[in-house]
Amino acid sequence: MSQTPLVEMVNIHKRFGGVHAVNGVSLDLYPGEVAGVLGHNGAGKTVLMKALSGAIPCDEGEIRINGETVRIESPRDARKYGIETIYQTLALADNLDAAGNLFLGRELMTNYGSLNDRAMESEARKVISRLNPNFKNITDAVKNMSGGQRQSVAIARAIYFNAKILIMDEPTAALGPQETAMVSELIKQLKSEGIGIFLISHDLHDVFDLSDRVSVIKNGNLIGTRQTKDVTKDEVLGMIIMGKLPEAA
Amino acid sequence: MSNQAQPVAIKENALSRFLQTVDIDNRMLAMIIALLVIWVILNIMTDGIFFTARNLYNLAVQSSVVGIMATGMVLVIVSRNIDLSVGSLLGFTGMVIAYLQVHVLPLGAAWNWPLTILCGLALGGLVGLWQGWWISYRGIPSFVTTLAGLLMFRGAAYLVTDGRTVAPMDKTYQILGGGIDGSIGATWSWILAGVAIAWMLTNTIMVRRSCLKYGFKVKPLWVQLLYLAIGTALVCGFVLVMNAYYKPRTEIPRGIPVPVLIMIFVVVGMSLLAKITRFGRYVFAIGGNPEAAELAGIAVKKITTLVFLVMGILCAIAAVITTARLNAGANSMGMLAELNVIAAAVIGGTSLAGGQGTIYGAILGAVIMQSLDSGMVLLGISSAMRQLVIGAVLILAVWFDVVYNKKRP
Repeated sequence: MSQTPLVEMVNIHKRFGGVHAVNGVSLDLYPGEVAGVLGHNGAGKTVLMKALSGAIPCDEGEIRINGETVRIESPRDARKYGIETIYQTLALADNLDAAGNLFLGRELMTNYGSLNDRAMESEARKVISRLNPNFKNITDAVKNMSGGQRQSVAIARAIYFNAKILIMDEPTAALGPQETAMVSELIKQLKSEGIGIFLISHDLHDVFDLSDRVSVIKNGNLIGTRQTKDVTKDEVLGMIIMGKLPEAA
Repeated sequence: MSNQAQPVAIKENALSRFLQTVDIDNRMLAMIIALLVIWVILNIMTDGIFFTARNLYNLAVQSSVVGIMATGMVLVIVSRNIDLSVGSLLGFTGMVIAYLQVHVLPLGAAWNWPLTILCGLALGGLVGLWQGWWISYRGIPSFVTTLAGLLMFRGAAYLVTDGRTVAPMDKTYQILGGGIDGSIGATWSWILAGVAIAWMLTNTIMVRRSCLKYGFKVKPLWVQLLYLAIGTALVCGFVLVMNAYYKPRTEIPRGIPVPVLIMIFVVVGMSLLAKITRFGRYVFAIGGNPEAAELAGIAVKKITTLVFLVMGILCAIAAVITTARLNAGANSMGMLAELNVIAAAVIGGTSLAGGQGTIYGAILGAVIMQSLDSGMVLLGISSAMRQLVIGAVLILAVWFDVVYNKKRP
């Protein structure tokens, strides 16, 4: 591909005290591409992606968006560059409703300077019904919703604000087959719109189904990045467990 | 379906449909009913003394200090914190206000007491900021910081005058504490009632219009009119009672007492803060999931500090009313007030786990507790026994909450 990558993460380092959680990892992402990020628990994939989402700014390394070097020190910075994240824990405030969570930090206000709850509810209904037409009770507090509904809220939040770069951390971990299929459909559609997606997952099968390229992280190090069509699941398993690169290029 | 299941199912539908249409918050409804039951029982037990204008007037005044502080405590607890220092802060700011008013500035000057009030509010705010800073930016748990505050500021209250009580206060200042001249009279009370009713009407119309604009379901007109009617009746009832208490040996109606007026303004202000501002939304978000709030770009540390700033200012307002009522500054003012304030918030539905609570609930909680206390005083029950009863009521109220939350899906 000769186009400029959407995201380039170059030589990212992050230490927590004595633990070198991310050790010189470089990844990139092209528009309309799904880049899978695989690895054990504690391999450093989430910390790496949090450097991009602004949740855990990196100690060393460079991040480039569309070729330009940027500084991402906070979640607000990340959003400024069109980066939206769906966290593994969903990062929803249980006591607020769907609209409250969707617009958290970016509320719509009335002309009098007060929260425009009704406008937010109306917008929330529109975007959530596109994702999940069976979602009826959107004014309920999120804690009373099912796992799939909570996921819809988290996803709606990410796509409503016209993300160019989406980070999805274990998006289907808590979902049943029907909802997983809906998420797959969504990912395909977002790809066709030119959005780049980092997909962090444990699930080898999901990553193989959805991603164009796959990167394996082990103990904070990047083992390798391959085109999904060029590797088998066994080879990738070998990379995850033993850190062994597959034969041939 | 068996024959036995059917009649019960039908009855449930009618009742639940009614409740759903009316859409009242169940917990608030339960509290209002509890308050009414307590009032009726107390009235019977005191042979009708409880429902006299005089008793209800005094009840309102006595609830105001705890009520004002409870509105701030709701935000503190909602944000997953606690403030144990409010009583000591009341004492400290009260002593400083009294000392300034009587021993530093010329007593009787027209600018004296307003200036001392401003100083008191600034001091309360500063202490709140200071505690908030330790909690947000230095990571000291709020329990520890405010426990230290409880000790430190009670000591500081003593040190202001080396334990001496400061008295008397400015004559005009005393109005702020209630008392013979401390109410606004019948005319102003009715004007205020008119404003309240107009506001309720405007609010209902605006909400209805807004809902229709976005195509949402609106409550049926009869329900909204019912709410308006009940609201109007309550406001008028309140003003009638306040006007029925006359100044001694005259036929002049007292009207709404000034401390209660102050409480009304505080309640309206805090309620708006909690419900329609971004700040209020963020306080609730922090209470619901601090990590999610952080990831949403909310300035969690700044907001938490501001919550304690507001609490400090409210303590100073409470101190103004207390010193005005006592017509003195005594270093024991507000002793143990934090317990009543926290109890009021909790009885009013604020969850100690954070993320949940209402300002109106806290006021109801304060009124419930004060009603019980006043009623027991009328019955001649000793102070120790009253403490026992109120503690038991606190457990019952929270137990009710636990059971209620379990039953929900």
